[in-house]
Amino acid sequence: MSQVSVKQPGHEQGDDHPAHLAHHFDSSGQQFSSGKLGMWLFLATEVLFFGGLFVFYSVWRAHHPEIFHLGATQLDWKMGALNTAVLIVSSITMATGVTMAQLGRRKALQICLALTFLGGAGFMTVKYFEYSAKIQHGAVWGRAFDADKINDHIRHEAEGKPHETAVEGEAVEMDGAAHAGGQMVSVASRRDDFALEYQDIQLEVTRSAVQPAARGPAGLSETAAVQAPRGVVYADADTDPMTKDVATFFSIYFCLTGLHGIHVLAGMALIAWLFFRARAGHFGPGYFTPVDLGGLYWHLVDLIWIFLFPLLYLI
Amino acid sequence: MGEPHEAHSPAGERVGHVVPVHLTVGVGAFLLVMTVITVYTATQIDLGNLNLWIALVIAFAKGSAVCLYFMHLRWDSPFNAIVLIAALLFVVLFIGIALTDTSEYQPEIFDWQESGNVIIRP
Repeated sequence: MSQVSVKQPGHEQGDDHPAHLAHHFDSSGQQFSSGKLGMWLFLATEVLFFGGLFVFYSVWRAHHPEIFHLGATQLDWKMGALNTAVLIVSSITMATGVTMAQLGRRKALQICLALTFLGGAGFMTVKYFEYSAKIQHGAVWGRAFDADKINDHIRHEAEGKPHETAVEGEAVEMDGAAHAGGQMVSVASRRDDFALEYQDIQLEVTRSAVQPAARGPAGLSETAAVQAPRGVVYADADTDPMTKDVATFFSIYFCLTGLHGIHVLAGMALIAWLFFRARAGHFGPGYFTPVDLGGLYWHLVDLIWIFLFPLLYLI
Repeated sequence: MGEPHEAHSPAGERVGHVVPVHLTVGVGAFLLVMTVITVYTATQIDLGNLNLWIALVIAFAKGSAVCLYFMHLRWDSPFNAIVLIAALLFVVLFIGIALTDTSEYQPEIFDWQESGNVIIRP
């Protein structure tokens, strides 16, 4: 397809360069490398783009780690892990697609692009479920954050689950050694028993060196964070763990994952465009630059999610 | 450009370096395994602050694999890699300066909060 014999304007004298080769390049190879360099320069701007939001994350994490521990309990790491796997697989299919284009295997290229697109769609579907759950529970950004609604949600979830060690209905009293009426209270697993552990815990909480936000829970010192199950440690514990200040965590969450989601959608549009061009037979061993560069964009989207997932969901 | 593993199509066009499919799939499998490890260490093992650093180290390993193999940097002109690394360095600078700047004035903020002259709006 690169040797199209349609006479383009300015080519009346005859010109033996492939149709895809622009006049200001000496060779296809030079054009390709230039395209690649240009794409990398664009990816550098994308890295800085997300970098700004990572600054947001870092500064808040450094100074208010407690809201991250609290907020992350509302995120489902299983869905995050599923999304990670979906994006990794879609990156595999995208990279394979580039190889197929280079080898001139047109049908395989189309299949790879279609699978990559489906991967992106799967990612956005999972994202949709996550976002709608959060919005439903009031776990959203800034002023829209509804601490009471989330606390209700936490309480309902807690009531739905039987406590590991306490008899139903019995108040669990724990002292610093985390015993309850002679039974050893198991240290809360990372996520599930968070709300239930929120009883009267008399822990020697070393007050964090970081002052909490004006109205917020006591900061988590390193000592307390290591000693106690994560998410538990409030010296003035009551049954409503969420406070207004956790809103910032969700601002960070929605900004980061939202911007990333927009990039996934843009990537999907790009891949759809590549798919239709591939179907029209535009790509082959002589010219596969758009597939390659589109692949770079998609891999960047994957790369960013690889960092987002642990930073938001797992810690 | 004299790349290794140079291939030519049947029509004699230069294809450049072609990544074998088994390598792509292998790197992908590595990424999935590292994801499992990340999730396992984060959710099943509590090491306090170390959790964050372990997760970041694993994420960095995964990111390197994506950049080197999926994004072809291993076989590309080094300048492309320099562009990426430069961008990352600037992000590090950005985060670093923001952190040092905000940390610098925390004591003043604490003093102000404790001073009692604080009006908290709900």
